[in-house]
Amino acid sequence: MISVRSLCKRHGDREVLVGVTATVARGETIAIVGPSGGGKSTLLRCLNYLERFDAGEVEIAGIALGPGMANGDPALRRLRTRVGMVFQQFNLFPHLTAEANITLAPRVVKRLPAGAAAARARELLAQVGLADRAGAYPHELSGGQQQRVAIARALAQDPDVMLFDEPTSALDPEMRDDVMEVIRGLGRGGMTMLVVTHEMQFAQDIASRVWVIDRGTIAEDGPPSRVVDAPQTAVAREFFSRLRRS
Amino acid sequence: MALVIAALAGCAGCGDRDPGRGGALAAIHQRGEITWGGDVQGGEPYVYEDPSRPDHVIGFEVDVMDAVAHRLGVRARMVQYAWSNLVPSLERGDFDVIANGLEATAERRERILLSEPYFVYAETLTVRTDSAVRSVFELAGKRVGTLNQTYAHDILRMLYGDAAKVYEGNEEPYRDLELGRTDAVLLDNIIADRYGCIASHPTLKCVPYDVARGTYVIGVRKADPDLKQAIDGALAAMRADGELERILRKAGLWDARQLEAAPAEGQALRSRTLDGEMVLQFVAAAWVTLKLTVLAFLLAIPLGVGLAVARVYGSAPVRGAARLYIEVFRGTPVLLQLFVLYYGVASLVNLGPVEAAVLGLGLNYGAYEAEVYRGALLAIPRGQSEASRALGLGPAQTLWHVLLPQALRLALPPMTNDFVSLLKDSSLVSVITVIELTKRMTIAAVDMRGWLIPGVLCAALYLALSVPLSELARRLERRLARDQRPLAL
Repeated sequence: MISVRSLCKRHGDREVLVGVTATVARGETIAIVGPSGGGKSTLLRCLNYLERFDAGEVEIAGIALGPGMANGDPALRRLRTRVGMVFQQFNLFPHLTAEANITLAPRVVKRLPAGAAAARARELLAQVGLADRAGAYPHELSGGQQQRVAIARALAQDPDVMLFDEPTSALDPEMRDDVMEVIRGLGRGGMTMLVVTHEMQFAQDIASRVWVIDRGTIAEDGPPSRVVDAPQTAVAREFFSRLRRS
Repeated sequence: MALVIAALAGCAGCGDRDPGRGGALAAIHQRGEITWGGDVQGGEPYVYEDPSRPDHVIGFEVDVMDAVAHRLGVRARMVQYAWSNLVPSLERGDFDVIANGLEATAERRERILLSEPYFVYAETLTVRTDSAVRSVFELAGKRVGTLNQTYAHDILRMLYGDAAKVYEGNEEPYRDLELGRTDAVLLDNIIADRYGCIASHPTLKCVPYDVARGTYVIGVRKADPDLKQAIDGALAAMRADGELERILRKAGLWDARQLEAAPAEGQALRSRTLDGEMVLQFVAAAWVTLKLTVLAFLLAIPLGVGLAVARVYGSAPVRGAARLYIEVFRGTPVLLQLFVLYYGVASLVNLGPVEAAVLGLGLNYGAYEAEVYRGALLAIPRGQSEASRALGLGPAQTLWHVLLPQALRLALPPMTNDFVSLLKDSSLVSVITVIELTKRMTIAAVDMRGWLIPGVLCAALYLALSVPLSELARRLERRLARDQRPLAL
């Protein structure tokens, strides 16, 4: 479903990604962990081309990406209907209700009739446990509710892959469980997912594989039982032991 | 001593600062100078800037006043005032006398003292050469131009009510006549001969009968009868020894009318009082103001959105063009833009005054709105466009569905500001002959011989327009921007 080869990304002089190579099969859930500033979010954002990269190749959901594609490239438009993205800060559209947030892209991009889009939106809201909040504006919802609407919004395009960029980091602890439960449910349903997270328990629960990313490369890649419980590299050992201490 | 006199004279337009007490003649002798109010906008031949020495005014009235002053044993100095404000400025004591095409009318005589005439003029009708109009009585239902607050304006009002199109400058009435925007112009022969039926207006002709005659006189404060007497004496002496004839001949103004008996003054127009008809006129003018404001703003909003988007997202040349537009329209006076639109490009695009007013105000305010929207666009968090792109919306869709609606919410308070500001700026369009609320107020102030009642009525109507508008904007803001709460301090 996803293959990344020698992906490189620079911010000015700083090398953020240094030749990342990896593959993800359909239905896998990858938990991406690692120290701050190691390149986790950048990798995720390169996968749906919110950030350009400088070298390497990406193939995701059957669409090939390379360096230097223009913003209006039709391949990118196709890419984004196949790959959903959920942000740390939710980024719901504040001028639209929960339902309108969800129906916007299907109506505008896929030209779905308003009635069909609304029906699908209510289905998705029920799926994330918010069937009764369709008419609420984002500011009327709690953080956890907003993030669940954001997940429903991404799912409305029927993506093959979902990217989660620290989906619970901006939430109070008591709200994280609802969001994590929704993500767990998606995994059970067979969705291919990449989740950047600091929640180790969550990562171990849902992930088929864990990537430890440090200094722009995947330092360790394997099932959680091996990577988390018996890390092979010094970087991973250091990271997990610091995490346990805190 | 010389220094003291220079210092007194240098105090522009002080004249006699104590208008109630009289004694102006003594003060003039003491100062060695008589100050007189005029307006160089009246142009040739009255009082105008010397083309070869622009800081120096010349004209037949300069010569008349120099001669009068000489006979009083003092010097004369002209001070610049807007013509329509000459009488109140005289009354306030800003200068000693008025000598600038001041027509002797019965209503003026109620306010100030008028000297003996120094010039006899004839009201002259100017029409296009193909026109069949031969007298002022054939103008019913026709559009007639004249200058504001002149005897010609009084004549037209006596005959036809408030139908005349009033201008502030000498050139514009004849230009509009030539363009077919009016059917006739009624003004003094002195103006008609120099600005109307001249070689550069081959399609205009002056009807060769005097519609009426009148005189130019020197205006003096009611409290200064001794000054009026002295000036009358000087004028009589100038008439007797031929100096007045020499001055008028030099300016090409001497004609047989000057030798005939001074014409009788027409009856004074009755001073108006606040009645139902006047209130209706004010309400109609308020409607014009509202209409202009709303239409101009409806033009300014999409223009501003387009310019803002061009400035934020356009390619380099597009950004440059948008910026140039904004700088030009924001950096030059609206008044100038209105003049150019109505008179300047008239030979290419003949716009009606209301169209020109809406277009001028709209184009100008579009530049301001552009900067408001630009600021609002830049204030939207980056995550919004990322989320939109990540959902597959293209650049135009992101702009239209995500960014612009949010920018509009952010822009609402400054937009309301601009709308109220435009409501008041719309008064500028009176320069292109549109009679809106402020113009109606100044006309009524002349008719009623006072500013208080028309001023209060005018202010009340402006408030009656602006307060509901800002209330409407407040509700809209509450509805659109529910989530925008002030940050805690």
